[in-house]
Amino acid sequence: MTGIEISAEKCVGCRLCIKECMFNAIEIKDKKAVINENCSLCGACVPSCKFDAIRIESDKKQETVDITEYNGVWVFAEQKRGAVSQVAFELLGEGRKLADALSVPLSAVLFGSNLQDEANKLIAYGADNVYYVDHQSVEHYNDESYTDIFVQLIKKYKPEIVLIGATTYGRSLAPRAASRLNTGLTADCTGLRIDPEKRLMLQTRPAFGGNLMATIICPDHRPQMATVRPKVMKPLEPDYSRNGEIIHPDVIIPADVKTKVLDSVQTVCETVSLTEADIVVSGGRGLGEAKNYALVEELARVLGGAAGASRAIVDAGWVDYSRQVGQTGKTVGPKVYFACGISGAVQHLAGMSSSDIIIAINKNPDAPIFKIATYGIVGDVLEVLPELIKKFRERLD
Amino acid sequence: MNIIVCVKQVPGTTDVKINKETNTIIRDEAEAIINPFDEYAIEEGVRIKEKVGGSVTVLSMGIPKTAELLRETIAVGVDDAVLLTDRAFAGADTLATSYTLSMGIRKLGNYDLIICGKQATDGDTAQVGPSLAEKLGIPHTTNVRKIEEIREGYIRCQRMTDDGYEVVEMPLPAVITVVKEINEPRYPSIKGKLKAKKYEVKTLNAEDIGANLNLCGLNGSPTRVIKTFTPVHEIKAEMIEGTAREQAEKLADKLLAMRFVKCR
Ligand SMILES: Cc1cc2nc3c(=O)[nH]c(=O)nc-3n(C[C@H](O)[C@H](O)[C@H](O)COP(=O)(O)OP(=O)(O)OC[C@H]3O[C@@H](n4cnc5c(N)ncnc54)[C@H](O)[C@@H]3O)c2cc1C
Ligand SMILES: Nc1ncnc2c1ncn2[C@@H]1O[C@H](COP(=O)(O)O)[C@@H](O)[C@H]1O
Repeated sequence: MTGIEISAEKCVGCRLCIKECMFNAIEIKDKKAVINENCSLCGACVPSCKFDAIRIESDKKQETVDITEYNGVWVFAEQKRGAVSQVAFELLGEGRKLADALSVPLSAVLFGSNLQDEANKLIAYGADNVYYVDHQSVEHYNDESYTDIFVQLIKKYKPEIVLIGATTYGRSLAPRAASRLNTGLTADCTGLRIDPEKRLMLQTRPAFGGNLMATIICPDHRPQMATVRPKVMKPLEPDYSRNGEIIHPDVIIPADVKTKVLDSVQTVCETVSLTEADIVVSGGRGLGEAKNYALVEELARVLGGAAGASRAIVDAGWVDYSRQVGQTGKTVGPKVYFACGISGAVQHLAGMSSSDIIIAINKNPDAPIFKIATYGIVGDVLEVLPELIKKFRERLD
Repeated sequence: MNIIVCVKQVPGTTDVKINKETNTIIRDEAEAIINPFDEYAIEEGVRIKEKVGGSVTVLSMGIPKTAELLRETIAVGVDDAVLLTDRAFAGADTLATSYTLSMGIRKLGNYDLIICGKQATDGDTAQVGPSLAEKLGIPHTTNVRKIEEIREGYIRCQRMTDDGYEVVEMPLPAVITVVKEINEPRYPSIKGKLKAKKYEVKTLNAEDIGANLNLCGLNGSPTRVIKTFTPVHEIKAEMIEGTAREQAEKLADKLLAMRFVKCR
């Protein structure tokens, strides 16, 4: 039987597993833990047991592929309006480490037309080769044709790892392709590593609203697929003297695509985009009221950066959702991040913890934000922000 | 137009708290809820039905208790609620979930449009919609914020992208996943609540939908969770003391000295 088994011999009824279970699925009966029908087999209880009493068993072997046939690390290089998205370079930086750990090549996959320069750029950023599908019909993203061609390539070249940016398109392409390939896909990974013995990719991602991190593997299916949000990984310094090969693979361009993109409209044209800015100044509920957000915007303007927000003030309607930083908002990784009147909930941290320097301004010295801050100011944002604006104005203008 | 809305039961806690001493989640007694994004999916289904006629069926794969939540959806205009429940479905990752849902949908048959939420708040993966469409062999569009036109065999909708939106058309049947911008879900009416009270949710098990047990639940899930841990951050902040003015002064000095903030 598939399921969780608790060894009655080993279980001492200590209740540790009950604390771990999110689903109220464990009860104590006759001083032993038993699993009830709420169990979703999430496995969280297994490592919680100090007595090795809990096991998760799957009885049937899945139909598996010969994983030894699969080799190499791939990065899907999303492109928009002829320019490769930044996240692809970030993934190449990470992919390089994985490929080196496995001693296998790193490849980028690029769809579009007239993108020779972009293909070269991918090599400069770490790719050993670029599979470049050069065709007018794939200039713009289309779920059907992109999935079709991408899967053709994966079946032909058999990469062991495929990384895709967790953009709108990436989060659509990746699950559709993984489903066609009947393989695993881990969304929004924040950490990727190789287990050198098993040659498996260890994929770490936030779970339960960011309160827990989970490490996930895909042992018996290939490729091992993961999406990663923009700004989570760091690109390498480009090196245009690097050698790499641009391969024009033979693919069948699907002729009868039913899904049609009739129009594509760009509406977001912030002066400095939040995700691209070197400096981000974010405000939270500590600002007290909506009008004080102007201080955050002013400091951002003086520093030539962008203004962000915590979800609390987005939900309160003070600012637009497009400014939200965090797990359910944007991920940013600027050189300097200011958290002004933000408590530092895990979900907020999930969107900014990779910033180089984090400055926290909060009147509560015990606010969790100070735990990840580089510099902390215990104080009232309504006093400190005007002073900061003044200081930077004096020095910068 | 026959519409199937996929809904998932998720933990009702919006703020999961961690016990600092034991590093474990403090279980909130708060009950389970329907994934908030799926409420928009239900509302959109009901609106389409009200406009062009047809029926709305909600479908979920979950534990037996999910039936109570599904029953409540009858109150906002849903016609039928079906729960796929079986021990064999437990432990499913998004691939196995999609497979099971696809078998349930095949069993229901005769559908034009399948609506999913953008993502479920327990895992935030947003994978089931596209993966399900693939298992059914029909097209999909994610992040739909508006349906411009829908009729027999045809849908045209607006999909939110990272920097704007695009207009996409597809033949039906198809899958869409919806964002919360698409509508404002209604409250149940008194009449609806009475109807819901009397309604009996249909349940189907693995055998009923003809599911291959190797492809369901834990057996059918290529991914495995091998470890969970609480995130730790080790950087220790350098605290800047003084009056507000002094603090601002010192911080500005530091940042300017590091040349992260440059003079224009
Ligand atoms: C599934 C899920 C997803 C989520 N996604 C996100 C997300 O993407 N992004 C996000 O930000 N949140 C997200 N949240 C919400 C998150 O848990 C917090 O509720 C939110 O980040 C809190 O915002 P805040 O820090 O502005 O408000 P609060 O937690 O209320 O903190 C306000 C802070 O301001 C300080 N303060 C008050 N007055 C002053 C003053 N005058 N001067 C200085 N400091 C002051 C207080 O000490 C406090 O630390 C999510 C939650 C869940 C459950
Ligand atoms: N167990 C399930 N039963 C029914 N629908 C589901 C289930 N899991 C996911 N979905 C649907 O898929 C969407 C995306 O979920 P997820 O991929 O888990 O983020 C949800 O909003 C639901 O519409």
